[in-house]
Amino acid sequence: MKVLVPVKRVIDYNVKVRVKADGSGVDLANVKMSMNPFDEIAVEEAIRLKEKGAAEEVVVVSIGVKQAQETLRTALAMGADRAILVVAADDVHQDIEPLAVAKILKAVIDEEQPGLVLAGKQAIDNDMNATGQMLSALLGWSQATFASKLEIEGDSASVTREVDGGLQTIKVKMPCVVTVDLRLNEPRYASLPNIMKAKKKPLDEKTAADLGVDVTPRLTVVKTTEPEGRKAGIKVESVDELIKKLKDEAGVI
Amino acid sequence: MPVYIAPTKDMQFLLHDVLRVTESDVAGYADIDRDMTGAILDEAGKLATDVLAPLNLSGDQEGCRLENGVVTTPKGFKEAFEALKEGGWNGLDLPEEFGGQNLPYVMGTAVGEIFVSANMAFNMYQGLTHGAISALLAHGSQGQKETYLPKMVSLDWTGTMNLTEPHCGTDLGQIRTKAEPQDDGSYLITGQKIFISAGDHDLADNVIHLVLAKAPGGGEGTKGISLFVVPKFLVNEDGSLGDRNALSVGKIEEKMGIHANATCVMNYDGAKGWLVGELHKGMRNMFTMMNEARMGVGLQGYAVAEAAYQNALAYAKDRLQGRDVTGAKEPDKAADPIIVHPDVRRMLMDQKSFVEGARAFTFWGASLIDRAHRAGDKDADGLVSLMTPVIKGFLTDKGFEGAVQAQQVWGGHGYIEEGGMSQFARDARIAMIYEGANGIQALDLVGRKLAADGGKHVMAFFEMVKAECKAHDGDERMKGFTDPLKAASKQLQAAGMFFMQNGMKNPNAALAGSYDFMHLMGHVCLGLMWTRMAKAAHAALDAGASDRDFYEAKLATGRYYMARQLPACAMHLARIESGADPVMALDAEAF
Repeated sequence: MKVLVPVKRVIDYNVKVRVKADGSGVDLANVKMSMNPFDEIAVEEAIRLKEKGAAEEVVVVSIGVKQAQETLRTALAMGADRAILVVAADDVHQDIEPLAVAKILKAVIDEEQPGLVLAGKQAIDNDMNATGQMLSALLGWSQATFASKLEIEGDSASVTREVDGGLQTIKVKMPCVVTVDLRLNEPRYASLPNIMKAKKKPLDEKTAADLGVDVTPRLTVVKTTEPEGRKAGIKVESVDELIKKLKDEAGVI
Repeated sequence: MPVYIAPTKDMQFLLHDVLRVTESDVAGYADIDRDMTGAILDEAGKLATDVLAPLNLSGDQEGCRLENGVVTTPKGFKEAFEALKEGGWNGLDLPEEFGGQNLPYVMGTAVGEIFVSANMAFNMYQGLTHGAISALLAHGSQGQKETYLPKMVSLDWTGTMNLTEPHCGTDLGQIRTKAEPQDDGSYLITGQKIFISAGDHDLADNVIHLVLAKAPGGGEGTKGISLFVVPKFLVNEDGSLGDRNALSVGKIEEKMGIHANATCVMNYDGAKGWLVGELHKGMRNMFTMMNEARMGVGLQGYAVAEAAYQNALAYAKDRLQGRDVTGAKEPDKAADPIIVHPDVRRMLMDQKSFVEGARAFTFWGASLIDRAHRAGDKDADGLVSLMTPVIKGFLTDKGFEGAVQAQQVWGGHGYIEEGGMSQFARDARIAMIYEGANGIQALDLVGRKLAADGGKHVMAFFEMVKAECKAHDGDERMKGFTDPLKAASKQLQAAGMFFMQNGMKNPNAALAGSYDFMHLMGHVCLGLMWTRMAKAAHAALDAGASDRDFYEAKLATGRYYMARQLPACAMHLARIESGADPVMALDAEAF
């Protein structure tokens, strides 16, 4: 079985995000970028499947600017076998929307014919949480989202999902799209020998146009603002006062 | 808890904009392109930030324990060492035939800085191993290499260097540890060694000690010294571990800093050892590794200062005290962050301009080692020999100063152990002492290196500085760099001239000024580095680099160094030219 893992280049989780002065988005010029942490978990899971003998090949795909090559190399250094870069933007600030990403991925999948797509549940930059679901709909494949455990059993996959209030285990038919959650695994650090080897692994480059997908944005960003800072609290004198405030001011009881 | 993020951007700037490594003809340099070094530095940075740095303060507080002869390292060290081992990091610049990656030493230096900044005490277990590997590579027999190196490169085993004894450190001619030859070609080693970093621990299956001892038949003093390999567990023919050797840990020293590294008293009671290299040539063998070892310690000096600086900076942006005298910066808050105050800026700029200059200096030194080793360039070897005592002495003195300044930014909180700033100062302190105390470095520089090969290397250095200044003649933008550099270089030459004129008559005249000379030369070297960095920054800006802020900041930081640090050169020259009299006027009895 071939496993395909889409990976996104996002602002590094350690970077303090700054909103651009014109409110059109966040400032991504010259800030440190890394692989979306959920995608790292997906790559790790794919490599583990390969190490267990449940998969033969791990292909990673990234869609965006040319610099996403670095992100793909990181995945190759972790242990993926080969990479595909779909160049779909010149400007680092252009975010490709989930539907366009899903369409591009579908086109790649039509060519590659993987038995499983493992994706991060969402990207930490825009938190859309939509690409995996859209992709499964476009492909007509089963989907299992928010996976915290994954087991391949013949032509089906047993997936434990993190849902409100607990865990839910479902069985889905393969091929399928699984989006992974934080607790599925802890991604490995790439070893130095593997970083060196990654340089020699194949990395194909295509464009969105090659795959016939229009990436023109359909959504309009109205404005972007920083979250409001936390305000100082107050001390109440008595329980009665607390209840009064909760009733009259906060309106929660 | 203190934070640490690897300064990979600055490292990339040095490797590719300043040193321009891929254009070099040194073997292996063409392969380390921007993507490759970026991937390596990023991954090392991840490991440093996520795994090593979080253990720095806890390791300092917990320290190492010795119970029933067994040394235990702080909580989490074993797992972290496993991560380091699995990452294959120790083999970075070691030969492929023993499991390494054979990358250039300059890359080992960059990655080394990241690991030292994150956790100096932890990194020493690997660092000492690396030193022992270098010794075996240079002087070990083929059999010794095959027996020990693969396991040491992989960090399954670690290594140590045993030189110091209770009564002698600098003057090793006095050592008493004995080596008695046995019929099977081995030796029995008996004696006590002290201050043995990473002497024993629970991180690896075996510890390979390299021990200086005296075998019969050698002369007096350093001439009778030989080098021996003495493993904690004897190694069987098939490579498996055999009997425990007759050596033990007497105690773990209680130290000012690097608490998480086990500094051991090692007792050898007829331990089995094997000669490394030629008999009675142990000191010479040790010297061949000295450049690298001392450069490694110079690196510790500024690497700890980097970590301290990052935390001073974070605090300065966060701590609200007083108002900006030119107008409130954050009027809606109780006060402005202390970074608005000029004196806090002075401290931050001192640290920043030193660390970035020191990094450039060390990377350059490492590139000279590569040139010497990989291209057999004798001049590069001579030049790096000249620079080594400056890198070691100047960078560790200033590194400690930086760590203290970072602590100062934190005010009272810097003096409290909880914040971790005190640890940086305590850890940085040792680098000024070990691997040849800084006074010894100054002595090595003035007494040995200046005159080496007829003074050829120091003359070449003066020419290099002159050429660098000349290359920017008439470039107004570079005047802020080349004018102070020219002046400082003249002062350095004047100091050298003073030694030549007075040192022969009275050696004390040179020795009394040797420490100032080391610092004077350190400033000239950093001035040269800042000039080269300024050139590279201007070139990048002219080429329309998108990251203008980075390069503008580089230029401003360099101008600060030239304006605020290079004036120290005049002071050092004045002290040197005052000769031996002010220093030696008092009889020893008069103290």
